[in-house]
Amino acid sequence: MSETISGNRALQIEEKLIFELDNPGCVAIDLPEPAPFDLDRLGGAPRRGRVALPDLSEPQVVRHYTRLSQKNYGIDSGFYPLGSCTMKHNPRLSEKVARLPGLADLHPLQPQKTVQGALEVIDTLAHWLKELTGMPAVAMSPAAGAHGEWCGLMAIRSAHEDRGEGHRKRVLVPESAHGTNPASAAMCGYTVDSIPALENGRVDLAALKAKLGPDVACLMLTNPNTCGLFETEIVEIAAAVHGTGAYFYCDGANFNAIVGRVKIADLGIDTMHINLHKTFATPHGGGGPGAGPTVLSAALAPYAPVPYVVHGADGLELVEGKRDGAKPFGRVKGFHGQFGVFIRALAYIQSMGADGLRQASADAVLNANYLLASLKEDLSASFDGPCMHEALFDDRFLKDTGITTLDFAKAMIDEGYHPMTMYFPLVVHGALLMEPTETESKDTLDQYIAVVRGLAARARAGAAEDFKAAPRLTPRRRLDETLAARSPVLRWKPAAE
Amino acid sequence: MSSKRFTKDHEWIEVAGDIGTVGISDYAQHALGDVVFVEVPDAGREIAKGGEAAVVESVKAASEVYSPVSGVVTAGNAAIVDQPGLVNEAAEGAAWFFKLKLANPVELDDLMDQAAYDAYLKTLE
Repeated sequence: MSETISGNRALQIEEKLIFELDNPGCVAIDLPEPAPFDLDRLGGAPRRGRVALPDLSEPQVVRHYTRLSQKNYGIDSGFYPLGSCTMKHNPRLSEKVARLPGLADLHPLQPQKTVQGALEVIDTLAHWLKELTGMPAVAMSPAAGAHGEWCGLMAIRSAHEDRGEGHRKRVLVPESAHGTNPASAAMCGYTVDSIPALENGRVDLAALKAKLGPDVACLMLTNPNTCGLFETEIVEIAAAVHGTGAYFYCDGANFNAIVGRVKIADLGIDTMHINLHKTFATPHGGGGPGAGPTVLSAALAPYAPVPYVVHGADGLELVEGKRDGAKPFGRVKGFHGQFGVFIRALAYIQSMGADGLRQASADAVLNANYLLASLKEDLSASFDGPCMHEALFDDRFLKDTGITTLDFAKAMIDEGYHPMTMYFPLVVHGALLMEPTETESKDTLDQYIAVVRGLAARARAGAAEDFKAAPRLTPRRRLDETLAARSPVLRWKPAAE
Repeated sequence: MSSKRFTKDHEWIEVAGDIGTVGISDYAQHALGDVVFVEVPDAGREIAKGGEAAVVESVKAASEVYSPVSGVVTAGNAAIVDQPGLVNEAAEGAAWFFKLKLANPVELDDLMDQAAYDAYLKTLE
């Protein structure tokens, strides 16, 4: 078929950048000319040139952003089996609650006596997070998972320095841990030492014990890990770590698999972040806002960052400095954390109830096992089931087809699905990691399974050229990722610049 | 027969006098895919055997390059920093990562020669 005259594909409109739509003199709102203005009132800082914002009409602006939103694929558009990201439905009830004017219109600098309800939201959510993990304290303000990792590590560092063990500079990270763990440790001034995985996808306890020593600050473990497996020796692992004076950090990114079933405190964990945007169904957003409250053991609790909420004589109070013997390591976020996300998470927890949360984690595991069992003959399952919340496959089923995991993922896009996570975790070759979450129905999973089986059959039948050409039906075809990485164009520049 | 020696992490070293030239193997560049970013050590840096010496990043993964032996870096290869794609084209030649003055040449004995490395690669298939 020949290309269209416009370059558009039916209702898929070629969209320019908003700066390229600039039509000087065009306005959305017709304001009266300002009265003559005394430039001295600008305090010696008059404008030196045109502010480079585009001039546009209101319908142009509305259409631009509407079209951009239509190019997006989100959990509201369809199934999104992106492993390790827990892309679950965001209940509309939580959105409704977050939009209540009494919550949405608050200002973070309002006097505390006028925001008692908001402080109660933070306090009640903190209560539930402590209840669900069995941990005595929680730092609410970290703004994302990796931020929570960093917060937990800072608490560990503070605790060690406080008892004269600031020389502990090594952090152990298993190969099956979350990818952000080594980065967070490095940000915190630690060096990272990797621990190999066993054939069964779990941490090699003997190798871990061999690497422990007086210079180790902590172990960062993800449980369930990124192979979708529960670390069965975790209690022994905790004992080994504590035996050398180190702390035990757990990455809680996969907490969704065990909510209401495992108390984190029982595993010997000292600190763990919780991704509210995963486990408690708040929106992932376009890279934010997330929220990563971080639970802390009694040993680490005194070092929790400010602010935090306490029950005072005249109601709830926000503590923003040192108080009652606490030794906060500082502040990690402006104001009080992602309050809008807190509201949604609390609404989710309270509408689900304890029984609903337990049911959700069971269903998440059941759905992942349904995918694993249904697809293990068609793809190559990396580990024998059962799995936890996600099913891991590798590229052995593509051997000698000339097709890679990347090609397979691109073909998924043409079929109307967001691809699974690919090439992660690194412990298997050409990984395809699928996490269905509990919010998908059996019908949705069956349709998906049929598509994946069809693609796998097509791959085995020798359709390498079709796979190499995918995606065919998207606004853009295969992107040159190598060129983009080697010569990135990071911002638009006007032609004259 | 190549005089290169290899590690299990797929680095190679070729020694002339007391200076060793280090890079990653052809197998490694192939496994990484298109290389998009490289970081090499500055001259004067002291590196232990097995210590992190350089970084290589591809469209698929980021990896450390470990030094096969201990020594002091005498040069990093600026050419591959400017043109990371060279690593894919000439991993075992012009796209070397760094040169170092060997501290303890006996360490070379722990490494594999070409035949042993080829046999090792067969076990990875």
